[in-house]
Amino acid sequence: MYEGLIFAGFGGQGVILSGKLLCIAAMNEGKHVSHIPSYGAEMRGGTANCSVIVSDDEIGSPLVPHPTAAVVLNNPSLIKFEPRLQPGGLLVYNTSLIDVKPQRTDITIVGIDANDLAQAEGSSRAANMIALGLLVKKKPDLCSLDALIKALDKAVSARNKELNDINIACLKKGYQAG
Amino acid sequence: MSEKVLMKGNEALAEAAIIAGCRHYFAYPITPQNEIPAYMALRMPMVEGTFLQAESEIASINMVYGASAAGARVMTSSSSPGISLKQEGISYLAGAELPAVIVNMMRGGPGLGNIAGSQADYFQATKGGGHGDYHIIVLAPGNVQELADLTIRAFDLADEYRIPVMILGDGFLGQMSEPLVLPKPTGKKFDKSSWALSGAKGRDHHIVYSLRLTPEHALEELNIRLQERYAAISEKEILFDTYRADDAEFLLVAFGTSSRLCRNAVNILRKEGIKAGLFRPITLWPFPYDELEKAAEKVRMVLSVEMNAGQMIEDIRLALGKDKDIQSYGKMGGVVPEVDEIVEKVRSYGTR
Repeated sequence: MYEGLIFAGFGGQGVILSGKLLCIAAMNEGKHVSHIPSYGAEMRGGTANCSVIVSDDEIGSPLVPHPTAAVVLNNPSLIKFEPRLQPGGLLVYNTSLIDVKPQRTDITIVGIDANDLAQAEGSSRAANMIALGLLVKKKPDLCSLDALIKALDKAVSARNKELNDINIACLKKGYQAG
Repeated sequence: MSEKVLMKGNEALAEAAIIAGCRHYFAYPITPQNEIPAYMALRMPMVEGTFLQAESEIASINMVYGASAAGARVMTSSSSPGISLKQEGISYLAGAELPAVIVNMMRGGPGLGNIAGSQADYFQATKGGGHGDYHIIVLAPGNVQELADLTIRAFDLADEYRIPVMILGDGFLGQMSEPLVLPKPTGKKFDKSSWALSGAKGRDHHIVYSLRLTPEHALEELNIRLQERYAAISEKEILFDTYRADDAEFLLVAFGTSSRLCRNAVNILRKEGIKAGLFRPITLWPFPYDELEKAAEKVRMVLSVEMNAGQMIEDIRLALGKDKDIQSYGKMGGVVPEVDEIVEKVRSYGTR
């Protein structure tokens, strides 16, 4: 199996963390993984994104020009990455913040009210976890929900560890919504 | 510590340097290697080491000179334009026979270029970026694990041969996170008491310098000594790797990030029944001339894949001579070659 993924949103939505969490979880389940953030000349308030590969084989290029799945959390990310998805790919998008309608008919499109669902669990900052839970439900080859939950301790920085109960609740909620 | 962890290349390198016993790090920031100084700023105080952000690249390489002269394990890091600024200091380190580890996470050039990964500093690194008859050892890791492992090795090589060692990575390798097992220290000890500036109480003073005006022939003698050392390094320290190359008809030659793409290309070609293989130099200086010649003995075509206009291909030609069909495929300015394009280049050749 090979999945090339994009996580995208604005700075602060935790897209880099989502990618890292998935990598650690998949790594612990024996997969080859790579993670690379886009580090181009981005504007403050602009888009942040990272490319993640999860594979049974050794990984060549860490870049993902044509993702098999994309998780997009804001409008500019949807506009940027929807066209790049492979035919048959999966688009997970955040309907709380995205008012643009996805256009493609040759991909699977799943919208989720990530911010509002996360807010109901205690913090809209965990919207990324809602989306990630949903992603692994739709792409079970990536890793298990359990592995994600176990990897939180390694992936989340010390100052944000207090949010981990909310993160766990949101991963589960996203997973159930999938 | 045999636990697998996910680490960014730059951070894995920095932690490996600390594991190797590096306690002095001087640098000036530049993308795409800024996680190295950031990591060192955090970690060095924890191990009672020195992190110092210098006022410039030139200042930092000269601080490296000073710390090395005093016998310390010392490192600096930068990216292409910053490494150009350090070249005077690297030549002085070579002339003073001082060990040091220098990291170049290459970015697109020439000039200030861009911040994407590139391999366009091959000539600068391997052919002597500064003035004078000197070489430095150049190590080219292909993944984050190897980046950490070769960092440990770099410090031992530097001390063993009293030579600057460069780790030649690129922006992609520095920025990407991969699983690795952090390496262990080798525990090798190097006696620096015959030359290091450690305080002259009770002994004659040492002088560490690269200016040799007198006596007559002093500079020639230094040069002869250096050349003998380079010959010994070329004899003993060559590193390379091959992948599915034993029965290959088409041999890809690539280092660092581009070698990863070539591995994928080899696998795709093999599935189609095309016998492709990969030769990957790990030491770029000394270059594995003889080893490449042996690996390429029976191949129909050699394809050099680089993220530059074709620089290593000159060493490939030196190794293989004029009789072998040596082709080049590269992308410049921080662009990554596409695996499909590498495959197509071999495929079209294979069917003609």
